[in-house]
Amino acid sequence: MTGRHVLLIEDEPNIIEAIRFLLTREGWKVDSHTHGGDAIEVVQRIKPDLLILDVMLPGKSGMDILQELRALPEYANLPVLMLTARGQMRDRDMAERAGVSRFMTKPFSNIEVLDAVRDLLTQTSRS
Amino acid sequence: MTRDSITGSRIRERRLMVGLRQTELARQAEISASYLNLIEHNRRPIGGKLLVTIARILAVEPSVLTEGAQAALISGLREAAIDAGIDTAELDRAEEFAGRFSGWAEALVAGHRRVASLERIVETLSDRLTHDPQLAASLHEVLSTAAAIRSTASILVEIDEVDADWRDRFHRNLNQDSRRLAESSKALLAYLDESPDAGKARGTPQEEVDAFLTAHAYHFPELEQADADPKLLAQHAPELTTDAARQIAAVILTQIAEDARTLPIAPFRAALGRVGLQPAALGREFACDLPTVFRRLAAMPPEALPGELGLVVCDASGSILFRRAMAGFVVPRFAASCPLWPLFTALARPMMPIRRRVEQAGSSPTRFDCWAIAWPQQVTDFNADPLLRSYMLILPVADQGGAAQSAHKVGSSCRVCPREACSARREPSVMAKGFDTESDAGLS
Repeated sequence: MTGRHVLLIEDEPNIIEAIRFLLTREGWKVDSHTHGGDAIEVVQRIKPDLLILDVMLPGKSGMDILQELRALPEYANLPVLMLTARGQMRDRDMAERAGVSRFMTKPFSNIEVLDAVRDLLTQTSRS
Repeated sequence: MTRDSITGSRIRERRLMVGLRQTELARQAEISASYLNLIEHNRRPIGGKLLVTIARILAVEPSVLTEGAQAALISGLREAAIDAGIDTAELDRAEEFAGRFSGWAEALVAGHRRVASLERIVETLSDRLTHDPQLAASLHEVLSTAAAIRSTASILVEIDEVDADWRDRFHRNLNQDSRRLAESSKALLAYLDESPDAGKARGTPQEEVDAFLTAHAYHFPELEQADADPKLLAQHAPELTTDAARQIAAVILTQIAEDARTLPIAPFRAALGRVGLQPAALGREFACDLPTVFRRLAAMPPEALPGELGLVVCDASGSILFRRAMAGFVVPRFAASCPLWPLFTALARPMMPIRRRVEQAGSSPTRFDCWAIAWPQQVTDFNADPLLRSYMLILPVADQGGAAQSAHKVGSSCRVCPREACSARREPSVMAKGFDTESDAGLS
């Protein structure tokens, strides 16, 4: 699993820093981006193995980004872990309809994030 | 049962209150105990000398025994009974209940009023929690900062081999985030602490404008003058604190000034006195369109109007652009409104006036007469699609007890509407099944 590439789109710099520390320590390569407006282009350029996506982003919401990504055949199966402060059932439903792989509400624990990333990348490597 | 026919119940209540046995009261009043029993159970009328005698024995004024319980108490009981779906036969006994168990009746009415007040707060807060962008952003800020703190602190505590540079960086982040959390929590608390009253300026620019218009009762004497400057008025209004609010208000005030020129206050007031609240008749008299009449009515001084009225204006997307509140008719501040309102029906039939009696669901369903019309804003060119706006004038209905089938059932917005079986429903209601949104999220 070492060497897998994670893209983190999140506008909170200290969350980026903490997650980057955790994942790089596990041997993953982590890139980050803080704006939603050009997120699709960034995904297309970086071609990550896994996307960690915040919902409330400047420029474009994580939900919209996810919907647009899923409409692109090459990203139809990209594992997407969505982090959000909006944890109500209807937000979860909306994310599932948009094609999210895993949904996690803030504030999350480091173990939860690590387990989710491991699971999603393991599922991808099996498929 | 009529007011007078429960005097016997009041005699019985008063007798028990003073601790007098029925036989003793009958003896002192020089009547038989069985006759007093019939009186106390409202099976025999009482008046004249006997009433005065019994009142004297019971140490009360005769009027205390003959007058009904307070009208407000009876009315409150009836409202509570209607909301609870109690049948008509029981409704007729509200006065008797209030007379015999005044303490319980007062407690019941107070409880019902409290429930209605809390439901109103729930509606307002639910609306804000779901749709208020400022609140959503504040909550996001707090939770994101908490997430950063939790994650960083966890790294520092649970991982031993964090090198010095990372450790220093995480300490700085923690310090920075804890300050941010304190600030954002304080700001959020201040926001939530504000009263949900519409009159209090806060939040979005639209809310500021609503508060500004409400504070002026939607009437601006300075705009009745030919040389009125609506933009200047908006610019210097102390209630408007943001540029966005001032811009929105300037557009509304400009329209009010234009309408005042089309329908000058003196002749319009005279016509209103002559024909009453008849928008079509007023429009014919002044040769102007119905939206102008609607807007002009909404901007008249309250004393010039024969009664209360409300006005809602929306664009073709259904977004509410203007609201003049009408007591009892709930217009959501953030959520999408009920699509069953004549306001939206009119959008499907442009330029065709619609008059419809509606009953808005809620803790106390209330009826209103709604007059609606959708009107093109302007026609700019051939083949250019007209930009529609819909207007709905809302008037109270004096006879709330009329035939049920004569009123169209509508709501305010789905989230707070108790009418579960509604073909227009978009999302589950927090009022219909309580607050467990997860359990009813499966609604299609």
